Amino acid sequence: MTPTLRKTVIGVLGLGLLVFSGLSFRRSRSLKEPVVIGPGVTRVVRLGDYFEGVRGSTNDAHIYVLEGSEPGGTILVLGGTHPEEPAGRLAAWIMAEQAVVRAGRVFVVLSANRSAATATRLGGAYPPGFAIQTPWGEQAFRTGDRWSNPLDQWPDPEVYIHYPSRQELAYVDIRNLNRTWPGRPDGTLTERTCHAFIELIRREKVDILIDLHEAELQYPVISAIVAHQKGQDLAAMASMMISAEDGFAMGVEYSPLALHGLSHREVGDHTDAISLLLEAPEPFLDATRGRTDADLLLTGRDPFVVRAGRHGLLFEKIDEKGWPIDVRVGRHTSAILRILEVWSGDAPDRAVVIEGLPGYDEVIAKGVGAYLRDPSAADPKSVYFE
Amino acid sequence: MIVTVLYYLITAAVAALLVANIVKSRKWQDEVLYVIVLIPFLLRLLRLK
Repeated sequence: MTPTLRKTVIGVLGLGLLVFSGLSFRRSRSLKEPVVIGPGVTRVVRLGDYFEGVRGSTNDAHIYVLEGSEPGGTILVLGGTHPEEPAGRLAAWIMAEQAVVRAGRVFVVLSANRSAATATRLGGAYPPGFAIQTPWGEQAFRTGDRWSNPLDQWPDPEVYIHYPSRQELAYVDIRNLNRTWPGRPDGTLTERTCHAFIELIRREKVDILIDLHEAELQYPVISAIVAHQKGQDLAAMASMMISAEDGFAMGVEYSPLALHGLSHREVGDHTDAISLLLEAPEPFLDATRGRTDADLLLTGRDPFVVRAGRHGLLFEKIDEKGWPIDVRVGRHTSAILRILEVWSGDAPDRAVVIEGLPGYDEVIAKGVGAYLRDPSAADPKSVYFE
Repeated sequence: MIVTVLYYLITAAVAALLVANIVKSRKWQDEVLYVIVLIPFLLRLLRLK
């Protein structure tokens, strides 16, 4: 074979790889995830309505607003701060599609960092997406990542200096929506996104921010409500009610005063809102996991993580049953319901009363898919895409 | 924004150097290596990942 022919053959093979991977990445980045708004959604606005600096950008997220007929308080629920923690997004999804608010207002975001939802972790061998089984078929979702897509924010600095604390954080966390609060209007896309949410919280007089997350079992802050000091009593009472009434344990962790950039610290410090962050267990994130596929993402079953638990390396229990997505989503929805129950009892003039949001037992009994609406059978005007 | 544009220019320059190396190379193992290394640079320039 002549050198020219050899180079041509190798080049064509490389081109094939480029096209194959490029199509896969493009398909994942452009996947439209349908949301069929439920009867409780009274209007849908965009994050850019609160801050021009994100209007029209990848992070100009939909905000689903549920308003009750009776006056009351206001809460903001963030799903998708870290899209690779799908229980948070799915719990928010169910809120937008099923919940009805009787008193007060609920703002729900399904993709707080839309940019991060369009990429998977470099070198992480993440599956591009996953599917939830529903009575009407499968609904596809992107896996997403912890950090904004480098296509939207690049390059990263050598050291990330958090604004305004000037605390030095890991360089990559300049693309982490939960390390850039409270953000700034002239910052990076991720910082501008946080600033836009802060503007929303101030303008809409949000009483409570609930930021939905998941954590690896090797991380000490897990199965917990992480609370700003303004929300410690609320979180403690909700935790006790969950443990007593809902059939699972959820602890309380206090937001460290000196750790900056996180929603549970900065939102409480820079706005009048109480900031809470909910963590559910997600073995998919554990460093000792085995095959990183959609099955692990949804079932939370992994023999290597189980083995790590036998060696006492985990902060949450795990067995061969794993941590199925229904359990993780149910923990989030039940925790939200309990937080609102406690809040509404303590502050009746700022009550937020929700109906139609399934709790822990219901989500486990019927599965997450039972609460996702069929976009093909819905009025096209009620279908939005994330 | 300016830094981002500069990084894209650097990416294009590195991609061009890799292509030049493929052309100059005499060993098929090196050519395969250069092609594999080139792919992520081209994907970034095409804004695919």
